[in-house]
Amino acid sequence: MDWISKLQYYMEFPFVKYALIVAILTALCSSLLGVILVLRRFSYIGDGLSHVAFGALAVASVLKVTNQMYIILPVTIATAVLLLCGGKNKKLTGDAAIAIYSVGALAIGYLLMNTFSTSANISGDVCTTLFGSTSILTLTEDQVIMCAVLSIITVIIFVLFYNRIFMVTFDENFAKASGINTSFYQALIAVITAMVIVLAMNLVGSLLITALLVFPVLSAMRVFQSFRGVIIYSAVLSICGAITGILVSILASTPVGSTIVIFDLILFIIHCLIGMARGE
Amino acid sequence: MAYITCTDLSVGYNQDPVASGINFEINRGDYICVVGENGTGKSTLMKTLLHLQSPCAGSITLGDGLTPREIGYLPQQTSVQRDFPATVQEIVLSGTITKGFGFFYSKQQRQLAEDMMEQLHITHLASKSYRNLSGGQQQRVLLGRALCATTKLLVLDEPVSGLDPSATYELYQLIAELNAQGTSILMVTHDLNSLQYASHVLHVKKNSSIFQERELYVQSKHYQQVSQEDSDGLDQ
Repeated sequence: MDWISKLQYYMEFPFVKYALIVAILTALCSSLLGVILVLRRFSYIGDGLSHVAFGALAVASVLKVTNQMYIILPVTIATAVLLLCGGKNKKLTGDAAIAIYSVGALAIGYLLMNTFSTSANISGDVCTTLFGSTSILTLTEDQVIMCAVLSIITVIIFVLFYNRIFMVTFDENFAKASGINTSFYQALIAVITAMVIVLAMNLVGSLLITALLVFPVLSAMRVFQSFRGVIIYSAVLSICGAITGILVSILASTPVGSTIVIFDLILFIIHCLIGMARGE
Repeated sequence: MAYITCTDLSVGYNQDPVASGINFEINRGDYICVVGENGTGKSTLMKTLLHLQSPCAGSITLGDGLTPREIGYLPQQTSVQRDFPATVQEIVLSGTITKGFGFFYSKQQRQLAEDMMEQLHITHLASKSYRNLSGGQQQRVLLGRALCATTKLLVLDEPVSGLDPSATYELYQLIAELNAQGTSILMVTHDLNSLQYASHVLHVKKNSSIFQERELYVQSKHYQQVSQEDSDGLDQ
């Protein structure tokens, strides 16, 4: 029972507790939003927005801003609103728009970091931001509080506007004809998405955010028939994956982000098999 | 007074009309079929009546106690809906949203949804997933949702497209039943067979529209023209 005592030893440290709290909160929020994004065919927006956030982070570090969130959050929110609230009349839509923002921001971000960074280990820095290799284990108390506040806001909005969010996601035209202000809800969802993605960058790094957004939802969709069921179950799956991933990564000294995603992937494969066995 | 009176209405996007000179009215108990070639603005007219977009010119007057939100809508299916995980009950219930004020559904709203599912014979499907239903069942569910919003006026956008003949027949019967119970129907259609159920026909063209009672319309040269095109299309 060596690993239990090892785990107990690690749990003494505040940074491990912080990591677990942030992981659970991020997993919860991303699975809630993931349901909407996957159903609206925006699965890859997590990846795109996180690259935009990476670009903004690079700009912030070049400008030596004390709290980088002041730059990252507004830029990411603006991009999310542009992507998710565009009508059908825009010239650049859907996956093409995501691709452009994503790749453009990534290029700008890396260029800035490479040219202006004072750090000796640029590729290490980039790797940390993209894959979140150690960032979750270096969280401060302030970051944990910020993460908790954002998560609570997300959950409250989701619970209060659940019926309207369902309508707007399922059938935008019908919702509009029923007098629902669909642009407001789309903007609301875009803003929360941006906030959650910035949040999730701390946890798994930008490249792996997409996994947090899509895996639990797709797993839940294999076995649940109702919208409510899918939302609740994907939140449960997401949290389980995050906790297991963190604990295993601590015990086995593997990178946190990729470990979580691998657990999400395993859960997805299991649910695919369950779905197939049921003949869905 | 009529539920809806359209006078010299032009519809289109960004002040660029796709159809103009539309004059017609919808009265209580009417069954109006909207016909016309593709791209003549039938769907745009629907969207304008539903306040999804504003008219380019002309006026839409509501009367007979009809409020702007009391128009039930059966839209064409979107690609998003095909694999959407939602139960029949969740979808029908969402139609009642205009009847409530709070964040959550009230008892009355849940009861209304129950009643509508009963009326459309889909109660046994209540906990089934929408994506696993047949096309005809899916249309019933969306019809139930529209009826939860209102039973005064239903606007249907090509409701039978993609349905097999027996499901098409059943859906037409159902719509006729609703009409007999007093619900006014406005239906965009490509299926000239559906004209037999209508009381009036609205033929939308680029610069003018013809609005006649069905008996008069089927004898007119406009009908000859459309049915000729229809059979030409079948020959090809």
